[in-house]
Amino acid sequence: MIERLIPRASTFAGDIDGLILLIGSLTGFWFVLTVATFFWLLWRYRARDGRKAQYVTGEEKHLKRWVTWPHMLILGCDVLIIVAAINVWAEVKQTLPEPDATIRVIGQQWAWTFVHPGPDNQLDTADDIVTVDELHVEVGKTYHYQLESEDVIHSFSVPVFRLKQDAVPGRRITGWFEPTRAGAYDIQCAEMCGIGHGIMGARIHVETAAQHAAWLAGNAPPSVLAANVTE
Amino acid sequence: MSHAKPIATTRSAAGISTGKLAVWWVIVSEIVIFGGVLASYTMQRIGHPEWAESAAYTNTWIGAFNTLVLLSSSLTAVLAHAAAARGDGKLAARRLYYTVGGATTFLLVKSYEWTMEISHGFTITASGFWSFYYMAAGIHAAHVLAGAIVMLFIAARAKKNEELQRVELCGLYWHFVDLVWIFLFPLLYIAK
Amino acid sequence: MATAGTAEALHGHREETWVIKYLWSTDHKIIGLQYLFTGMVMALLGGFFAYAFRMQLAFPGEHVPLWGVVSQAEYNQLVTSHGTIMIFWVAMPVLIAAFGNFLIPLMLGCDDMVFPRINRLSFQIFLLSAVVLLASFFVEGGAFGGAWTAYPPLSAQGQYSLTPLGSTLWLVAVALEFVAFLLGGINFITTTMNSRAPGMKFTDIPIVVWMIVLASIIFMASVGPLVAGAIMLLFDQSLGTHFFDPAAGGDPLLWQHLFWFFGHPEVYVVLLPAMGIVAEIITTFARKKLFAYKVVLGTAIATGVLSFFVWAHHQFVAGIDPRMANLFTATTVLISIPIAEMLFVYIATLYGGSIRFTTPMLWALAFLFEFLIGGVTGIFLGASGSDIYFHDTYFVLAHFHYTFFPIAIIGTFAAITYWFPKMFGRHLNETWGKIHFWGTVLPFNGVFIPLFILGAAGQHRRIYSYEHFPELFTPEMQELRVIATVCAVVMLLFQIPFLINFVASALRGRKADANPWKANTLEWLAPSPPGHGNFPVMPTVYRGPYEYGHPDRDEDYWPQWEPPADESHERSEGGVAAEAAE
Ligand code: HEA
Ligand code: HEA
Ligand code: CUA
Ligand SMILES: [Cu+2]
Repeated sequence: MIERLIPRASTFAGDIDGLILLIGSLTGFWFVLTVATFFWLLWRYRARDGRKAQYVTGEEKHLKRWVTWPHMLILGCDVLIIVAAINVWAEVKQTLPEPDATIRVIGQQWAWTFVHPGPDNQLDTADDIVTVDELHVEVGKTYHYQLESEDVIHSFSVPVFRLKQDAVPGRRITGWFEPTRAGAYDIQCAEMCGIGHGIMGARIHVETAAQHAAWLAGNAPPSVLAANVTE
Repeated sequence: MSHAKPIATTRSAAGISTGKLAVWWVIVSEIVIFGGVLASYTMQRIGHPEWAESAAYTNTWIGAFNTLVLLSSSLTAVLAHAAAARGDGKLAARRLYYTVGGATTFLLVKSYEWTMEISHGFTITASGFWSFYYMAAGIHAAHVLAGAIVMLFIAARAKKNEELQRVELCGLYWHFVDLVWIFLFPLLYIAK
Repeated sequence: MATAGTAEALHGHREETWVIKYLWSTDHKIIGLQYLFTGMVMALLGGFFAYAFRMQLAFPGEHVPLWGVVSQAEYNQLVTSHGTIMIFWVAMPVLIAAFGNFLIPLMLGCDDMVFPRINRLSFQIFLLSAVVLLASFFVEGGAFGGAWTAYPPLSAQGQYSLTPLGSTLWLVAVALEFVAFLLGGINFITTTMNSRAPGMKFTDIPIVVWMIVLASIIFMASVGPLVAGAIMLLFDQSLGTHFFDPAAGGDPLLWQHLFWFFGHPEVYVVLLPAMGIVAEIITTFARKKLFAYKVVLGTAIATGVLSFFVWAHHQFVAGIDPRMANLFTATTVLISIPIAEMLFVYIATLYGGSIRFTTPMLWALAFLFEFLIGGVTGIFLGASGSDIYFHDTYFVLAHFHYTFFPIAIIGTFAAITYWFPKMFGRHLNETWGKIHFWGTVLPFNGVFIPLFILGAAGQHRRIYSYEHFPELFTPEMQELRVIATVCAVVMLLFQIPFLINFVASALRGRKADANPWKANTLEWLAPSPPGHGNFPVMPTVYRGPYEYGHPDRDEDYWPQWEPPADESHERSEGGVAAEAAE
């Protein structure tokens, strides 16, 4: 359902969409059934002259069935949903596959700072590339992100990845993603963080290997640093 | 303005007097408030072993003395109820005054204790521990104060043999205030 | 009956000034109406705020008639105040306090609440809280704009929120409001436990009273930790403590736990009374006994209990231990069972009925239909895996408007139209009632279905203008925003006929007799409107509240107060004693 509205650009986006589809079908089934019964009863038992309502307490066994059976069936659907949800959750949030590179994402009122590991692929070295409001990654590579905040709570959200994680001051939260589709996409801040929350967007550039190498080469610090910050 | 009671107040379908029922529900709502305070404190305390350094400066003896004071004041509240049950409003009032005396002692000791602590630099902002210390004990002290004031009013009526059933009600509340302190004392003073 | 005389004597005929009668009254009906009118004013205000910020979303940066240009700071303040007002100053006071006060003594067959003066105090504190909230708009820096959830450190430190005074006033207002409802709740619970009419067993209590009482209990049991949290936050704001400040060893997530431990049960606190209102209305207009009364009670209690174990579903991606999410997913999704069962029981009540589509009935049925949508979309959010994507998007927003709007607005309109004759002794105009119904419910779907789609497309919340997000600023998406705004404006305009109908009918409407709907519960025994003391003769109860269409009778209803023809069946005081022993 979701992919018709917004592209998928990470390895787990499809799994999340699949989960949404599953929930949509199960709840959709019940929804349609319930609504159909509802309107049918409304039509069937509309007031007509000379017909008195029936006296039904609902304690009768053969009638209570109509409530207890759905009860059990919904329990079954719930179990399916819970299992599927936990599966997807475990994949996205509880596992950390070996990374090809690690980036650092720092939220502050009201901008994102991204620290790229640079040519040596190590964070906290002299060749780190620091940018504001734009993140460059390579398609098909597994990334770890280290999420931090300088002041209040922000949330690092990349809708095309179906990825979201709050940035909490005082903590470093690590997660992962693997882009699957080149292009430039939105990064949003998804947690109210003050007056400028509405402008706290950024872009993520998912590049092919060649593009990414070119970007790395063209942005060796410190020249880049100055250029990006004044931007 | 003296309102006659509505019929509703005089009914007792549940078999418990309306006043007592209400006090119980007040206590329930207070339990969750203090439950929130204590649960927050306990979780944070576990997460911050270094708070023990701050906790070391609390004066366990003063805390223990205050515990004793509160427990005795609960005893006099029970005795007041007993007197009220016998219909002896005068005696009930006198015993309630003892309880108020206990409350006053408790608050005076508390003020002395806090003054000493603050003068040593342990203010509410000194550390996470001290913040919780003053917050939890402060909310409790506010309840002690409120209870004492209510008891003064009830005692004044009881002296004239009026509304004697209220003696038991404020006693119930007082036991609760006491009980909260029984939780606070080990958590704030003994756990070093 | 002896009590009749007493009731008259007690309430005397002292000449009362207007102020004493309407502003200083301890009469539960007057207090109920005070809550209702305050809630209506606040609803209009909340609706007006929604108008202002929806206009900004549809036409970013343009002048909004009656408001002006909405700045970033103003946008946040409007949204925050809209959410806070709608939940704490509309849904709670109207559903619980207004109808609780008005209905509980009437439906239980007594003359007032057990503590009338505490009841008055409760309203006064509530009124004060509303004034404090509104005052925050006029202080330096303006009202608080950090969302109704007020997450610290943003809410704790003026340097981050830039509204130091506004944040504090917001917090004080909410805390005062809690105090008001704690006082009110104790009154409701005690009255219901102790002051039922002779003969009224637990299973003879109308569902709406049960629901309001259960809601009061859930509220009381969940709000405590947030009261503690509010004190901590207040200290952080004004004394400089660091309960929630990570830079000095505090923990911002602690607030989230305290807030949502209350916040989730809170949604059922407002859901249950609305469900109760709907139960009264569908039984009356389907002329049917409620299908399986005890099942309804059981599901309500089950929902209440479960609601204490789901709170972290608001915090899946907030930085909590990811293993916790699995637990909370399970509890959250399981809550669908009692709620589905409750809805199914209501729908089953229609079976075999003789359904009359009066205005209150239309509202009640619309509640069931719309709430179903809100309910099933909750499951998408309860599943941790999909909430990673949906969290803080307009999908969440549409989900909770599809629950809250049916509850707070549709449910309230159902109740107002149903009990209007009792409140004012006159009938509302049916034609205008129906026009208002369709003019509200259709545009409502027109507002929030587009917002579901926008949310599914990744649009997130509390953004004053989407121009900074290229993916969200496409013409198609902007078009959906405009549709939503237009529908919201249409819906608001359709409230005008309602207000006119309300005032005109209250003053000049067709006179109503005591029991215009031929319903069974005790409030319909009292005159319309009931005088001081409610019942000329205090009633005794002989049967359950939903004896419609009983085969032994010619009449298709059988009021609770009517003694059985066969005297031997009479339930007397003995019934009360037996029940006390239970
Ligand atoms: C009264 C209001 C109300 C009600 C009743 C509900 C009911 C539910 N809510 Fe909702 N919710 C809110 C008000 C409400 N909510 C608000 C205000 C927020 C946002 C707060 C904020 O962030 O500002 C929110 C947010 C919210 C979130 C957090 C989203 C996020 O921020 O990421 C979640 C997640 O689990 C959730 C879940 C649910 C569930 C599972 C139910 C369940 O109770 C629904 C159960 C009902 C049904 C399921 C329908 C009937 C069942 C069937 C027809 C059977 C078929 C079903 C199955 C097979 C499963 N809600
Ligand atoms: C009870 C709850 C409730 C209700 C009824 C509403 C009603 C409406 N809401 Fe609200 N809304 C919230 C609770 C509610 N909202 C909350 C909690 C938030 C989150 C805030 C935050 O993020 O911090 C929110 C946020 C919110 C946003 C998101 C803003 C953002 O994130 O940027 C939007 C956007 O469209 C919106 C729109 C609307 C609209 C158009 C209505 C319309 O339906 C309004 C129509 C108004 C009326 C119909 C009132 C008419 C009243 C009368 C005629 C008086 C009659 C009397 C009684 C009924 C008592 N709301
Ligand atoms: Cu940063 Cu919102
Ligand atoms: Cu919830």
